[in-house]
Amino acid sequence: MAANTEDFVIVGAKSSDANEHIAKPALSFWQDAWRRLKLNKLAVVSMWFLIFILGFAIVSNIFVTQNDANSFDSDNVGKYKNLPPKSGLPIPGWNGKIKEPGATESTDPYANSNVKKNYLFGTDTIGRSLGKRVIVGLRISLLVAISATLIDLLIGVSYGVFSGWKGGTIDVVMQRIIEIMSSVPNLIVVTMIGLLLGSGVTSIIIAIALTGWLSMARQVRNMTLSLKERDYVLAAKSLGESSTKIAIKHLIPNMAGTIIVQIMMTVPNAIMFEAVLSAINLGVKPPTASLGSLISDAQSMLQFYPYQILIPSAVLVLISLAFILLGDGLRDAFDPRASED
Amino acid sequence: MTEETPKKLVELKDLQLYFNKGKSNEVRAIDHVSFDIYEGEVFGLVGESGSGKTTIGRTILKLYEPTDGTITFDGKDVTKLKGKQLSEFRKNSQMIFQDPQASLNGRMKVRDIIAEGIDVNHLAKSNDERNNRVQELLDLVGLNKDHSSRYPHEFSGGQRQRIGIARALAVDPKFIIADEPISALDVSIQAQVVNLMKELQKKHSLTYLFIAHDLSMVKYISDRIGVMHWGKLLEIGTADAVYNHPLHPYTKSLLSAIPVPDPEVESNRQHIDYDSSIETDGKERTMLEVNPGHFVLATEEEAAAYKLEQQ
Ligand SMILES: Nc1ncnc2c1ncn2[C@@H]1O[C@H](COP(=O)(O)OP(=O)(O)OP(=O)(O)O)[C@@H](O)[C@H]1O
Ligand SMILES: [Mg+2]
Repeated sequence: MAANTEDFVIVGAKSSDANEHIAKPALSFWQDAWRRLKLNKLAVVSMWFLIFILGFAIVSNIFVTQNDANSFDSDNVGKYKNLPPKSGLPIPGWNGKIKEPGATESTDPYANSNVKKNYLFGTDTIGRSLGKRVIVGLRISLLVAISATLIDLLIGVSYGVFSGWKGGTIDVVMQRIIEIMSSVPNLIVVTMIGLLLGSGVTSIIIAIALTGWLSMARQVRNMTLSLKERDYVLAAKSLGESSTKIAIKHLIPNMAGTIIVQIMMTVPNAIMFEAVLSAINLGVKPPTASLGSLISDAQSMLQFYPYQILIPSAVLVLISLAFILLGDGLRDAFDPRASED
Repeated sequence: MTEETPKKLVELKDLQLYFNKGKSNEVRAIDHVSFDIYEGEVFGLVGESGSGKTTIGRTILKLYEPTDGTITFDGKDVTKLKGKQLSEFRKNSQMIFQDPQASLNGRMKVRDIIAEGIDVNHLAKSNDERNNRVQELLDLVGLNKDHSSRYPHEFSGGQRQRIGIARALAVDPKFIIADEPISALDVSIQAQVVNLMKELQKKHSLTYLFIAHDLSMVKYISDRIGVMHWGKLLEIGTADAVYNHPLHPYTKSLLSAIPVPDPEVESNRQHIDYDSSIETDGKERTMLEVNPGHFVLATEEEAAAYKLEQQ
């Protein structure tokens, strides 16, 4: 007959201190993800770039106010208008020289109009500093990005978790609502809100609030459906944990990867959305500048003053690219196949 | 029932749970199951994979909603519990999960996993008390104190299972459902965990519903055993009666599949094939008491035949 279980001795478990000691340093999920993210150089560069840009945009509020960027000297428009970027160094294209429309030789409008100041990024058609206007535009883009993120987190995540957790009829109804809302074109939503509230950043943010969280909600809901059947969620339930706590402690941390990646996709979309709207005059109202409105204003002068369109475009592309690259890096870092041991 | 029979802690009456009820993929995971678990005993539930053991355990803990039938815990109908009584019930009955990997949240430290029940029930007044309690529990299941700041993926299967046990014990339950606590573990650790559970049972006077898929392990830990197949309970009796004097052909077949550590006997061991038509012929069968305390799902004639066979 087999031995009785009492005959079994727990081998080597006499001193639990000495035994079963794990020598490897404790790595949390986040530390692990961070370690993997660091392997992706592009993502790290993008991350620092975005942190720098964000910091710069916040600090810039002190030395470049909205008024600074909007005001111009109406008596001297002719003197200050369309000045090319001048770095003060002999760099071609950044030395304050430009070929005026119709001219064959480059001239120095700074010297010709007797302008003492150096405009690092040139001026626009009525003599406002392009640098300052781009900074203001950048702030608006980032404001839109941050609002989109918050909306994604607050509305998208809670809507998704609630719908998935409740399941049944509630889930069906909530998902149909999402489908209906996502079938309405964004442009119509913004136009309607623009009609109601007047166009501007607020309308854009409200439009994003109405529609921007839909795909987040759908993703989170799908994750919730699969996570809520997990044993650890059942264990929490059997311990008497409330639904809210289960969502906060078990569901959301386990879909953090999905959520972050989703945000990284929403943000560049939102930034582009704002730019497109401003470019077609549904966005910010003049004289406020946004990257989109700067681009559309400069369009007509593209052949003569290309820097006026290149500078805001470059900024827009760089931020979007940084978000996309960082998002890619984060997706790899949170890759479920790699993170599950 | 006479006075000396111990108190019934859990009573299942005609419990049914159908997944996807009314659809083409309906599964009768629990099909008219009734049994009682007495206070202080270990009730072993055996059956092959997919027979509905886990489902019964989870239904008792109110994790699944039964289709029909009642579950009584400590005299109260579990399905109707609300508010304070529900949290009392949650505190008194706990589960050790089948899959130690899946039952621990990988984003939480072991300390927080174990302390979850303490937090929910406000069992610790201060952070120190909470940590001390976690420490005690870790000691109890034989884990090291610096394990508490680690994450589940750093542990072996056996260690994870013990974390799960510590979590269940944290709320000081009366009743624990151990869902195949050892089948995911290798043989050397199986004995450790079974010993640990036996020890804890003695120390804390616990009642267990011990789920397993093979009879040999259950026999050592259980006082009484129930045999399940396809959602039905086929036989209930004391561990000794079921193991040594099985009635139902399915139980006999299960027993004949256990290898014997004696080469001579083993070479003569014959596997008894189970003819499942005895469950599917559509006849009305009920739990009949063939010997005192030994029940079998059968028609009157079959029960008489089983009884004859015994002599
Ligand atoms: N959530 C569910 N939805 C639909 N069917 C389910 C669900 N959970 C379990 N089942 C089915 O119910 C039956 C019983 O499953 P259960 O998990 O209780 O088996 P078990 O006896 O615990 O098996 P094992 O020994 O493999 O753990 C199986 O046929 C299974 O496919
Ligand atoms: Mg099971």
